[in-house]
Amino acid sequence: MAAKDVKDMGLDKKMNGPANAAIKGERTVAPEDWRAMGLTDEEYDMICHRIGKHPNFLEVAMFSVMWSEHCSYKNSRKVLKLLPTKGECVLQGPGENAGIVDVGDGLAVAFKMESHNHPSAVEPYQGAATGSGGIIRDIFTMGARPIAILDPLFFGPTDDARNRHIIDGVVAGIAGYGNAVGIPTVGGMSWFGKCYSVNPLVNVMCVGYLKHDEIRRGKATGAGNKVMLIGSTTGRDGIHGATFASADLTEEAQERKSAVQVGDPFREKLLLEACLELVAKDLVLGIQDLGAAGLTCATSEMASRGGSGMRVELDLVPKRETGMNPYEIMLSESQERMLMVPVPGKEGEVTDILRKWDLDAAVIGEVTDCGTLTITMHGDVLAEVPADQLAESAPAYDREYVKPAYIDELGSFDPDTLPAPKDGELAGIIEKMAASANLCSKHWIYSQYDHQVGSGTVIKPGGDAAVVRIPGTNKGIALTTDVNPRYCYLYPREGAKLAVAEAARKVALTGAKPLAVTNCQNHGNPMKPEVYWSFRESVLGLAEGCEVFGTPVTGGNVSFYNEDGETAIYPTPTIGMVGSLDDVEKAVPSGFKRSGSSIVLIGETKDELGGSEYLSIMHGIEAGRPPRFDAAAEKALISFLTEAADEGFMLSAHDCAEGGLAIALLEDALGNGIGAEVDLSDANTHGLAFWKMLFSESTARAIIEVEPVKAAALQALARKNGVKAFYIGRTGGDKLTVRMAGKSLELDVKKVGGSYEKALESALAGR
Amino acid sequence: MKSYLAKVVVTLKPSILDPQGVAVRTGLLSMGYSDVDSVRLGKFIEVRLKADDEAAARAMVDEISKKLLANLVMERYEFTVAEEVAK
Amino acid sequence: MKIGIVVFPGSNCDRDIERAAEVVGSESGFIWHKDKDVRGYDAIVLPGGFAHGDYLRCGAIARFSPVMDAVSEFAEGGGPVLGICNGFQTLLESGLLPGATLRNTGLRFICRPQKLRIDNVNTPFTHLYKKGEVLDFPIAHAEGNYYADPDTIKLLEDEGRIVFRYAEPDGSLTEASNPNGSMHNIAGITNKTGNVVGLMPHPERVVESILGGTDGLRVFKSVMSWCGKGGVR
Repeated sequence: MAAKDVKDMGLDKKMNGPANAAIKGERTVAPEDWRAMGLTDEEYDMICHRIGKHPNFLEVAMFSVMWSEHCSYKNSRKVLKLLPTKGECVLQGPGENAGIVDVGDGLAVAFKMESHNHPSAVEPYQGAATGSGGIIRDIFTMGARPIAILDPLFFGPTDDARNRHIIDGVVAGIAGYGNAVGIPTVGGMSWFGKCYSVNPLVNVMCVGYLKHDEIRRGKATGAGNKVMLIGSTTGRDGIHGATFASADLTEEAQERKSAVQVGDPFREKLLLEACLELVAKDLVLGIQDLGAAGLTCATSEMASRGGSGMRVELDLVPKRETGMNPYEIMLSESQERMLMVPVPGKEGEVTDILRKWDLDAAVIGEVTDCGTLTITMHGDVLAEVPADQLAESAPAYDREYVKPAYIDELGSFDPDTLPAPKDGELAGIIEKMAASANLCSKHWIYSQYDHQVGSGTVIKPGGDAAVVRIPGTNKGIALTTDVNPRYCYLYPREGAKLAVAEAARKVALTGAKPLAVTNCQNHGNPMKPEVYWSFRESVLGLAEGCEVFGTPVTGGNVSFYNEDGETAIYPTPTIGMVGSLDDVEKAVPSGFKRSGSSIVLIGETKDELGGSEYLSIMHGIEAGRPPRFDAAAEKALISFLTEAADEGFMLSAHDCAEGGLAIALLEDALGNGIGAEVDLSDANTHGLAFWKMLFSESTARAIIEVEPVKAAALQALARKNGVKAFYIGRTGGDKLTVRMAGKSLELDVKKVGGSYEKALESALAGR
Repeated sequence: MKSYLAKVVVTLKPSILDPQGVAVRTGLLSMGYSDVDSVRLGKFIEVRLKADDEAAARAMVDEISKKLLANLVMERYEFTVAEEVAK
Repeated sequence: MKIGIVVFPGSNCDRDIERAAEVVGSESGFIWHKDKDVRGYDAIVLPGGFAHGDYLRCGAIARFSPVMDAVSEFAEGGGPVLGICNGFQTLLESGLLPGATLRNTGLRFICRPQKLRIDNVNTPFTHLYKKGEVLDFPIAHAEGNYYADPDTIKLLEDEGRIVFRYAEPDGSLTEASNPNGSMHNIAGITNKTGNVVGLMPHPERVVESILGGTDGLRVFKSVMSWCGKGGVR
């Protein structure tokens, strides 16, 4: 679904078009029709100028879908251009089906994240399933074999039955699709907040691997070359809501059409194997997935990218329903289809391979050199427009933005105005926090995903980043998705930077080198200046964060209108990061591995309770200033972690973030049921109270488990990299004991572990 | 040859616990339908076929139900067959 | 020694079996489901996945794939055949093994490590294990709830044909250790002659310590040594 991607293709020079070009013909489409399709009167005029004639009904329809927010990014494109997209490792940046980065030895990794928010709100199972299907296709379209899925999910609270229904359906949908296709779902995140009752967010990231010479792109080149449609047949599913008003739809079609698409993971698996076989046998010149805007998008984008034109005969499109009209065929969003330009003369071989996999294949047209996309049926020319105008010339708007009033108001909240917890209450508070929606174990979710199929999952879900081995090699890739929506709500730019920092840290904790980023920008209505401000700030923060870590953005998508008219979701710029490990055997897990190890806290703990889980859980307050993003400290930590992993110093390593040190230490203990005795006195460099040491969410911190004999070398390495390292205790026993300056608390690992593990399941059962 | 429409219903044998049915019943009870005694889920399959007469059609549907549509280890099936007259 | 891995449309653990074979040093090859011949292979594995989408019933359509006649013939001739997860379901549907699998009692797909007790070490795939040993194989299925009529269960018990059972770490059989509601905690069984074995858990996922364990290695080593010695232990 490349149309949804971040685009950077010299748009500006095309923006204005031939200003005074003569407009041929008469207007044949009524204003109410183009308005019903979502085009403004100005946009209609723009189209006339761009193509030098009055478009007919089908042409207006094609422009309306290509110029929709979903495909054209007309409200976000100018801001997205601020993202860094170039880097040494980037083999393919934004503008294609997926980004690709080099991981050495002629190997590369293709990856991308996309949202499927609105469909999942309407039909949770199919919405999430087809979201998975779309992003998986984006990966194998590039020639890559998908080897991992991650799914960041954002839901309303579990005390509402509708939210529970959505959670249940979304998780089952992702499982149902990914498990059947046989791609392990190795990670993701889930975050719960009231704002997502309005509109849940379902973001899905897929990752694949390939050799450099296997990269295929969505380009149609070579006049006379055939264009083939492969995979499923074309039906009336998913034809967009804007078209309901259209008089052109037959009554029968109205009745049979479904706005919800149904995913077919079995067909996707066959299509995946068939496409990779086509690539392996070198039969593909160019290929693109059919997603949003179906054939309209795939034909115009492939032609435009190749600097070509295309002639398509709709009679040749394999259909699953009778009596489909051109409008329906061009706009159908039937799933599991691909448009392909085969190597000339190999059409027969291509068809044979697709037949072997029980899939349809049909030549539906050919590439031309005139730059025009021509659609015919029964010999009549139905549409004739310049492909690049359709694919690339959508207007890009500057939207008004203004800082929302709440930002300064909530940002000035001082957590010290609240009563401090008593020392005797701390153990109970930690237990309560460990069983809260955002901090509890997500086992209920990831145990429904096959996270091991493919025999490559080295670090499984439940820790920090996942690590997957690239088949047939000893290389690994580390994968994570991150964002703290509360930080982004309180301080969007800092929140986005912190999301990049958290992702980079988690990747580095496994021993991997952070490489590149994909993202989903989930926001409310962009016409609201406050929402647009948050969106813009999120992108700026993402850009700054990515510059700091040298991790370019290779793609992603934007999802606006996540609101009910009044309440919008929190600005949610979800980050997906990929890192590489040259020796996957050296991958470092989280969770204490054995008794008797030394525990070292890396990084300083400051008075940073703003926007914390502690405030939210214990006081129901979402306010204050989120922790500060400290670029120098984060960078130093990452270079330290990479070296420490390479030296084999780390038995385990764990991020210290939401919920603070208390939760990080507890999670480490729960990993393998090994307790610890910890004293934070030496680490308290800012003179904090005990509870603040426990719950502060200062970033650039990590907990490292090291063999006692290697502790000194680890400390030396920390000094060399300019990071603070504090020896804080030893692993062992079945209790987690934490002391500081004469105060102490004790937790029974097994007991707390029980409620940590069961919390989500119990909440979803309505208990 | 005439056209027939067979409607095949496949259900778990009565002796076998149907966890989906139990879950649906639990849901109904919690919605207040306290008179619901039991729920069983099954599969409904429509087969369009051509045959010389209804007896032949029935024989074919019986055969494919046994061979593929139902697994007699755990399921049972029943069906109806009706001639379809072209519109 | 060459292991034949049957690939149905929708199989997705085929490459994992290939990797397991590589780890134990066995040759392997893929057999497309439309092939009618399994000659040249010493053992056949039906891998996990969703053959034909599992849309009607797990394994129901796969059993009618052309290759299954050859697999049956191979099994009747005493050749070692292993069905894992969806492969096990296909063996059940085809009648090479008795019984059927129902939806998990919890209704959800479950992917997690699972303790198993091994009760039959006389098969080509288990002879390197010790009877009563407790192993850790992952499970990953939504329909693994083993069912057979009481007479069949009695026969399986009497003839010692239950190969793997879901168990506690100490080997005891409890309801809590049964992840899916299977009768008699059955995770895997064998046929009368002991050469066809099927199980829901995935031994091929625990053949390398980097992937979380090596308990499954001996499944593949067993069949290698079995075949290497001409079909005897």
